[in-house]
Amino acid sequence: MDWIIKGTVLKFSDNIDTDQIYPGRYLELTDPKDIARHAMEGVDSSFLKRMKESTILIAGKNFGCGSSREHAVITLLHAGVKAVIAESFARIFFRNAINLGLPVLICPGISQGVEDGSLVEMNLTRGVMSVVESGSEIKMQKIPSNVAEILNKGGLIPYIRASIK
Amino acid sequence: MHALEKILAKASGRKKVQAGDIVTVAVDVAGINDLYLQVLQSFTKIGLPKVWDPDKVVFFFDHYAPAPTIKSASNQKEMRDFANSQGIKHVFDINSGVCHQVLVEAGLSLPGKIVVITDSHSTTHGALGAFGTGVGATDQAAILATGQTWMMVPEIISMRIEGEIPKGVSAKDIVLKIVGELGPSVAAYKGVEYLGETVKQLPLAERMVLCNMAVELGAKTAYIQPNQQVLEYLDAYQKDYELFETDPGFKYQAEHVFDVENLKPQVALPHSIDNVVPVEESGKKRIHQAFIGTCTGGRLADIKAAAEILKGKRIADGTRLIIMPASTKVLMEAINKGYLQTLLEAGATFSAPGCGPCLGTHQGILAPGEACITTSSRNFPGRMGSTEAEVYVASPATVAASALKGYLCDPREWME
Ligand code: SF4
Repeated sequence: MDWIIKGTVLKFSDNIDTDQIYPGRYLELTDPKDIARHAMEGVDSSFLKRMKESTILIAGKNFGCGSSREHAVITLLHAGVKAVIAESFARIFFRNAINLGLPVLICPGISQGVEDGSLVEMNLTRGVMSVVESGSEIKMQKIPSNVAEILNKGGLIPYIRASIK
Repeated sequence: MHALEKILAKASGRKKVQAGDIVTVAVDVAGINDLYLQVLQSFTKIGLPKVWDPDKVVFFFDHYAPAPTIKSASNQKEMRDFANSQGIKHVFDINSGVCHQVLVEAGLSLPGKIVVITDSHSTTHGALGAFGTGVGATDQAAILATGQTWMMVPEIISMRIEGEIPKGVSAKDIVLKIVGELGPSVAAYKGVEYLGETVKQLPLAERMVLCNMAVELGAKTAYIQPNQQVLEYLDAYQKDYELFETDPGFKYQAEHVFDVENLKPQVALPHSIDNVVPVEESGKKRIHQAFIGTCTGGRLADIKAAAEILKGKRIADGTRLIIMPASTKVLMEAINKGYLQTLLEAGATFSAPGCGPCLGTHQGILAPGEACITTSSRNFPGRMGSTEAEVYVASPATVAASALKGYLCDPREWME
C-alpha cells in the first residue's frame, strides 16, 4: 500500500538552523510535551498558533543546520508536524529525524513550487507530492531503502530492538 | 583512497570503500555531553542492560558547568548515576571543560579512530587525524547498545591554503573567510580536508579551529594530515593508533584554493556565519559584551592573544569581557603564564571552563538590543540569549581589541 501524508503547508526559508527550530535555552527540558511548546520559536513565535491539524513543513536549503540537538526533531514531531520537505537538509538533523520516525524528504525546487497554506498530498512510496487545489505534481527524492526500513519500523529504537531480539 | 576513507574501511572491516557506500563502522569513542539525557532515555528503551564497552564511552559535563537550574542539575545527576552503574570511567565532570578540548587533552582523540560525540563540532577531531562526526541522541543510544553505527562514505572536498599568514590574522580569520566565500552548506554531507603549505605549518590549536568550524560549512567530518608536532603531542600519551595517509592521485570531489597572504581580520555579522566582512569594514559597531571561550576560541593561544593586547590597559566603559577557558588545564596554564592576572586587571570577568554563554544557557546571556562579539562559532538569532540580540563572530585578537575600544575593531593596531 502506498504511504500517503496529507496536510497544510507552512513555509520557511533557507538555512533554518536548530537554534531557530528549538532555542538553546530550553535544552534542559526532557519531556517531549514540554519540548513541543517551543517548536520553531526562534524563527516564528506564532508557529504553534499557525499550525493546522495536519502540518507539513516546507523549507529551503540546509534545513536543520547548526547543532546536533535532537530536541529540534522532538519539538516538531510532538507539536504535530507530519513531515518536512526541503531543498536540502543538514546531515545531523536528517539522521535525527529518521531515527525518531519523522519523514524528511529532499525535493530540489520545492520552495518555488508550493504556496504557504496550500493543502498537499505526499505519496512517499512513489516520491511525488501533489497540490490539492491545482492538481500539480512535484517530484521528491525517493527515500533510500536503508532509511525506509528504519522509518517503517517507526524509528531507530524499534529498529534496533527488532534486530537484537 | 583518502585517509578518511581508509579509516572508514578499517572500521567497517572492508578493504576498500568509496563515496556513496553505506557502511557499518565500529565506534572507538562514543561521547555524550550533558545536553543529552535523551541518550540514556533512548538507551533504556532499547532494553539492553549494559553498554557495549564502558571503556569507549565518555561523559562530558560542559554545557551546564556548573548546573544553573534544578532541571539541568537533575539531568547531570542522572547521567552521573548511569556512568557509575555502568562502570564508565571516562567521566569529565564540571571541573574539566568543553568536550572537544577535554578529549584531546585526555589523549582520547587519536589518528585513525572513529570519534562520535553528541555534538556537531566533533569535526574538530580531524585535527588529530581522527574521523570525528556529530550525532543526535538516538544514534548515540544505538551506538551504546551495539558499538556500531551506519554511515555513508562522504565525498571529500579540499581547501588548499597558501601564503604566509599575516600578523594579526589567525586560523579563525581564515576559516571565517572560507565560510563567507563558500557558504554554510558547500560541504553538506561531505568531508573537508585542509591542506597546503600553510596548513602543514599550523600548530595543533589552529588546526582544531579549522576542523571545528568545518561544520559551519555543513561538513560531516574534517581532516588535516597530522604533522610532526601533532605526533609529538600524542607521544606523551603512548597510545596505540594507526596513522593513515591519502593515496597520491586521490580525486577530490571539489578543490578550493585560498591565498591568505593579504588576508585581513574577519568578522561574521548577524545573523549568519557566512555573513563575513573584514573587521575594518564593519563600521565601529558598539558592543556590550565580548566573549573569549568555547571549543573554537578558548585555548591558551587565544587567551594569550587577548592578554597581549590588553596588558596594562582597561576595557571600555559599558563593555563586559567574559573569558571562559576551554578547559581547566587551559585555565591553569593561563594562571601560570600570568594571563589571568593581566586580563582581570584589564577588567575581564573569568568564568568556569565549559560552554557558558556560547549556546545561550547561562553565564553571560544577552538582553534584547545588546551586541556581543565572540570567539565562538555561531551567530544564529537567539544563539546567545535574546533573539533581538546581535552576535558577531571573530578571532580572539579581534574580540580583545573590540573589548578595549567598546566597538568592533581591527586588532592589528595593537599587535607587534
Ligand atoms: S563551546 Fe559552544 S560550540 Fe563548543 S561544544 Fe560548547 S556549546 Fe557547542
